[in-house]
Amino acid sequence: MKVTFPHMGNLHIAIKAIVQEIGAEPVVPPFISKRTVELGARYSPEFACYPLKLNLGNFLEARELGAEAVVMGGGTGPCRFGYYAQVQDKILRSLGFPLRMVVLEPPQEGWGQLWRQIRQLSPSCSYRTVMRAIALGWAKVHALDQLEAAALRCRCAEKSPGALDLALSRALDAVDRALTPKGVYQAAREGQEGLAQVTGPLDPERPRIAVVGEVYMVLEPAANLDLERRLGKLGAEVVRSIYIGEWIRANLLPRVFMPREERERVEAAHPYLAHFAGGHARETVGSTVLYSKQGIDGVIQVQPLTCMPEIVAQGVLGAVSRDHDIPVLTLSLDEHSAPTGVQTRLEAFVDMAVRRRKRRQATSSSTWE
Amino acid sequence: MVKRAPARLRVGVPRALLYYEYFPFWRAFLEALGCQVVLSGPTTVKTVEAGARLAVDEACLPVKLFYGHVAELLGRVDAIWVPRVVSVEQREYTCPKFLGLPDMIRFAFKDARIIDTTVDLRRGPGRLYKASCVAGHSLGASACRALAACRQGLAAQRRFQTLMASGFTAGEALGEGGTDNPGCLASGDRHRIAVLGHSYIVHDARAGMGILPCLRRLGHQVLTAEVIPPKAVAATAARLPKALFWTYEKRVLGSAYYLLRHGLVDGIIQVVSFGCGPDSMVGELIQREAAQTMRVPYMALTLDEHSGEAGVYTRLEAFLDMLGRRVAWGVGS
Repeated sequence: MKVTFPHMGNLHIAIKAIVQEIGAEPVVPPFISKRTVELGARYSPEFACYPLKLNLGNFLEARELGAEAVVMGGGTGPCRFGYYAQVQDKILRSLGFPLRMVVLEPPQEGWGQLWRQIRQLSPSCSYRTVMRAIALGWAKVHALDQLEAAALRCRCAEKSPGALDLALSRALDAVDRALTPKGVYQAAREGQEGLAQVTGPLDPERPRIAVVGEVYMVLEPAANLDLERRLGKLGAEVVRSIYIGEWIRANLLPRVFMPREERERVEAAHPYLAHFAGGHARETVGSTVLYSKQGIDGVIQVQPLTCMPEIVAQGVLGAVSRDHDIPVLTLSLDEHSAPTGVQTRLEAFVDMAVRRRKRRQATSSSTWE
Repeated sequence: MVKRAPARLRVGVPRALLYYEYFPFWRAFLEALGCQVVLSGPTTVKTVEAGARLAVDEACLPVKLFYGHVAELLGRVDAIWVPRVVSVEQREYTCPKFLGLPDMIRFAFKDARIIDTTVDLRRGPGRLYKASCVAGHSLGASACRALAACRQGLAAQRRFQTLMASGFTAGEALGEGGTDNPGCLASGDRHRIAVLGHSYIVHDARAGMGILPCLRRLGHQVLTAEVIPPKAVAATAARLPKALFWTYEKRVLGSAYYLLRHGLVDGIIQVVSFGCGPDSMVGELIQREAAQTMRVPYMALTLDEHSGEAGVYTRLEAFLDMLGRRVAWGVGS
């Protein structure tokens, strides 16, 4: 069966490997373009959040390439993401393009339901092939996270413009081609060396900017208007609060797999947001508190317009910013956001971060003297 | 000489959000604990302005109204009642914004004393007693007194629900709309029109744009989601491909599907506030269902703090004219 999936950053590399490994045929949707955005926005509910619209655009374009089924994540609320698949299914049906939706989530009818769904995608696959596929996919997720973190850190120090992105895409291709977990880690190591070759030493005066917020908007460059690349080009080192691997461990797996950082964030958020509020609200608040103690010069919160959990976080971030003396910029984005507007705001924010760092260094050196 | 009783703690309850669902419980509970309950006034233009100024820009209208009502209460009361209502049904949630409401209010109004208790009934209704004890503790009452107050609250809430089951809308059962609006909206002899949406929008004096009284004045019979039998709503909602995890939206969706499939009304108006997350999804499902069944005309009205009455009434008028023509031509029921 031809299986497609929504884009989210570079995640397609890992999902493609899993789908291939269990014996189904992956259809990678075309990368998100203006057409994807238009298609998605045309058929989605007007006030739905941006990721739903982009997902739908992906599905419609993948269907043109012959996709018959969709694999995507789900949830148990209260974030809207938990009901994406059902609404998208209804929309696709009424458009006359039904796709079989396979939703990976804590199943309502026991784990057997999940197994039956996997068997629908590939009737002949065995338990062992599924395990092997997951091992390969997980290795790729890890490799992607490592490469992305390295690129975010040293984009501000690339030797010639565009050299780092070229090296990164080569490294991602190598990870994509690898057929075993061992090969994946090999490719990741070589990729990181490649990245190191095209970058010079990091400027000790560089501003450090953290990106927090809703996971899809943080991970998908087409949705956040290339936020992280823009920041890198403006000379900032970028730190990200969330990576795919961590997100899977924290959200799709049982609680014992929850990363330690996740617990620290929840604790740091507690004085400001004492309860889970869906999505990544607590992580956004907690990361901002922690970053203020880690020498970060500014935090950018990205959220899709009308995102409920992030609005809750935004409601208390003002207090976090005052109490911990850390600048916070919130970007609410959707299909109407213009790159120029974002660029202007980022330039101003990075300028502010640079000045702030200089001022702090001046005051701290004078106190030491 | 008569000894003066110690001054009772004045607890302010904002007339917004879940006030329209649980105020009878809250009042009985707080009064049983010896507090004086102070309710904010009906929403006015001033409330809307204050709310829009104090809340985050992206917040939806009902949350902004809540800020406005809290601002109105400040200075008149000793504490403000902002419970954290996480869940009122098993395996369901309310809205993410209710989950963070006490935190948002606490940081917007630094000087206010907030009484907050977490009501999380996802693992069974027994958790309500725990929430009551926590609230009682912060009001200086023993667990024993808090439990007794909780039982009084439950009794008051049951009376409120009985009123709604007999055809009164939540607003009427709470005495909203004053004395010029006696009796229940279910009377009327022209069209049967269902106005579906969150109770805190539909029954709000300002946010609801007076749609209910307007329809009633014109002689229509009006139904809201609260008056539709909960059992029928639950049974309809149970047939969804995946159980909906938002309690209030489930009620709206269940009522809409129930009315659409059985053709029990002449028209459905769904009232949505701009930026409401759950409604953006539920509204889409209702709209597509209405288009599929083709039995009952359906209109969605999106309201925010900038909505003008004239615009809303024009659309309402057009909808009513269309219903009239359907009857004249013998279409539908």
